[in-house]
Amino acid sequence: MSTPVLVAVAQVLVLLALLAAVHAPLGAYMARVYSSPKHLRAERLWYRLVRVDPDAEQRWTTYLMSLLGFSLVSVLFLYGMLRLQAYLPWSLGFTGFDPAGAWNTAVSFVTNTNWQWYSGEAAAGHLVQMAGLAVQNFVSAAVGMAVAIALVRGFARSGTDARVGNFWSDLTRGVTRILLPLSLVAAVLLMAGGVIQNLDPHTAITTVEGATQQSLGGPVASQEVIKELGTNGGGFFNANSGHPLENPTPFTNLVEIFLILLIPFTLPRTFGILVGDKRQGWAILGVMGGLALASLVLTTWAEMAGPGAAPQAAGAAMEGKETRFGLAGSALFAVATTATSTGAVNASHDSLTAPGGGLVLFNMLLGEIAPGGVGAGLYGMLVLAVVAVFIAGLMVGRTPEYLGKKIGRQEMTLVALYVLTTPALVLVGTAAAVVVEPGLVGIQESGPHGLSEVLYAFASAANNNGSAFGGLTSGTPFYEVTQGLAMLAGRFVPIALVLALAGRLASQTAVPATSGTLPTHRPLFAGMLATVAIIVVGLTFIPVLSLGPVVESLS
Amino acid sequence: MASTTVASDLAALTRHSLAGLRMLLVFTLLLGLAYPLAATAVGQVAFPWQADGSLVRSDGTHTTDRSEAVGSALVAQGFEGVEYFHPRPSAAGDGYDTSASAASNLGPLNPDLVATIEERKAAVAELEGVDPADVPADAVTASGSGLDPHISPEYAAIQVARVAEARGLSVADVEAAVAEHTAGRDLGVLGEPRVNVLELNLALDDAH
Repeated sequence: MSTPVLVAVAQVLVLLALLAAVHAPLGAYMARVYSSPKHLRAERLWYRLVRVDPDAEQRWTTYLMSLLGFSLVSVLFLYGMLRLQAYLPWSLGFTGFDPAGAWNTAVSFVTNTNWQWYSGEAAAGHLVQMAGLAVQNFVSAAVGMAVAIALVRGFARSGTDARVGNFWSDLTRGVTRILLPLSLVAAVLLMAGGVIQNLDPHTAITTVEGATQQSLGGPVASQEVIKELGTNGGGFFNANSGHPLENPTPFTNLVEIFLILLIPFTLPRTFGILVGDKRQGWAILGVMGGLALASLVLTTWAEMAGPGAAPQAAGAAMEGKETRFGLAGSALFAVATTATSTGAVNASHDSLTAPGGGLVLFNMLLGEIAPGGVGAGLYGMLVLAVVAVFIAGLMVGRTPEYLGKKIGRQEMTLVALYVLTTPALVLVGTAAAVVVEPGLVGIQESGPHGLSEVLYAFASAANNNGSAFGGLTSGTPFYEVTQGLAMLAGRFVPIALVLALAGRLASQTAVPATSGTLPTHRPLFAGMLATVAIIVVGLTFIPVLSLGPVVESLS
Repeated sequence: MASTTVASDLAALTRHSLAGLRMLLVFTLLLGLAYPLAATAVGQVAFPWQADGSLVRSDGTHTTDRSEAVGSALVAQGFEGVEYFHPRPSAAGDGYDTSASAASNLGPLNPDLVATIEERKAAVAELEGVDPADVPADAVTASGSGLDPHISPEYAAIQVARVAEARGLSVADVEAAVAEHTAGRDLGVLGEPRVNVLELNLALDDAH
């Protein structure tokens, strides 16, 4: 193998070694966080302060109501903050967001999407970034984890009258015991690597040749870490993790990719522990890892081969990529950010090669399950596991079971609705945008790549990813409003269905495994699960993918 | 759920929203103020130069004072003089505009992009007196941020002769300066080798 290929492989091996080293301890720690009956003293004070009962076991309906209530006030609070920015301290002189823009951004950050129509350095002051956007980076991630844990409890519990946990306690612990401590440690690493962390305004300086350049300020490192760790993805600056002040070195690039993948790849361990069978976690992890690795190999190959007129003319697919990351470091980030629902970017996805751009789009269309967003990836994959046992059950003519729970008509109804929700949003949204004038005017590229831009935008919004084919002009009322609706429905409809499923499962009494039960921890089942994932997305999206990235790759 | 009505659902949602609001306010204090301020305190004490933006003076030394800085070691400037090494093309605003970091976002088959690349290649080849085939990819493509502070060692290599001539230096002297400001891969395997344009240019200014 040539040096670039060897280096690309070595870079992935370093990443895998780091993830493997923390997998078991962090997975076990998170299992303890969500199952320990004890509250820390500070937490008890916290609960008394906000007047919630952290010990009340909630039915799924109550759990959902708490989650929706919290998310509702989060949207309103953030919307108000963005609209009123001009009157807030640390606004750096920026005005408030207009109504459509504030709606889009508020929904975007509360739904863990972090789609951004604005440029941080030209629109958002420090207070909005810190106390508005970054707060949602934490709590929206903790909400995703809470829902995943509630579903896992549904499998693990037996005959509990649909009780799936306590939302307030899950939310608080996810933030204070997992996300915040990890963020503090990682922020120090990033600052050491050169990510800025100050409260200075952007200040004009005179460059060597006498030009004027703004020297940027801001609490970037603290926001950067939770942006990656919480699979949020909203950049402090427009160029996101391609910006040298957000991601200055190949080392910080590795740290950021590690943070993106850390919780999504570790939660299967937590799942295995909580359902009392670690092998179940290995099977889920295997499917996630296998799909992600396949995508990584293909994307890296595409970027390093550099097909297409522009990469061929330049000699390599370096348009939109930073020198310090190169082709392999950009491909690795692109896959990590789309295979999870992060959406941060360290390179322009619009300028990826046609097959590379198609692959990162496919990662999102897969439904953000390999490994997916924090929490959302695990519950998405578990829903597909139910589909897989259902199909297996049909083949042998037995009532399907997963982890001792019978999968009956009502469970399958919830699962089917889940599987249909995001594809419906993506396809209807894309179709609407390419037939109405306000949708068409935003498209930059002609031909198949133009369709890819729109498809990418709705795939990104409905799957709560947040990355973009940046050529699309999304800062228009049409895209701000429709994208906002897609993000909202793409987040909360699946969550409601998952919690309903969790409630039903928690009410059931577990049936003991017999010799006729399909083992769900073996490679056979893992292979089947991966196949189901690909077939479901394949059947749904092959027509539109054919008109977009596939045509483009063949031309 | 037959017994619940829309009205009682709304009442419940209101109750939960109020609890959510109290929780959000406390979270905002903890995560939105205490956490970033604590991180800022750590950064300002432990890594003041990095935390303030890796600013450099005209003699290449480090500073945290913006009034005496000529730039950031991490941020590209649009060097145009023949005596300077030139950075990569930039799509940030009108070029190297830190208020508008951006990539071109042009697609891989975009004919305008192909034409731009060909134009840049011809211009670089002429300026540096090399064959267009020897112009590396980073010299003709806009970076992801528009603020890429680095160029590849290959792009630096074709600029050496021009810079040496403009400054009346030997090619070997300039090559030595380039080598000094070339970083290898982090930990041997991460990222790509690269030359920091601002630091290199300041070193040349300072020495000669």
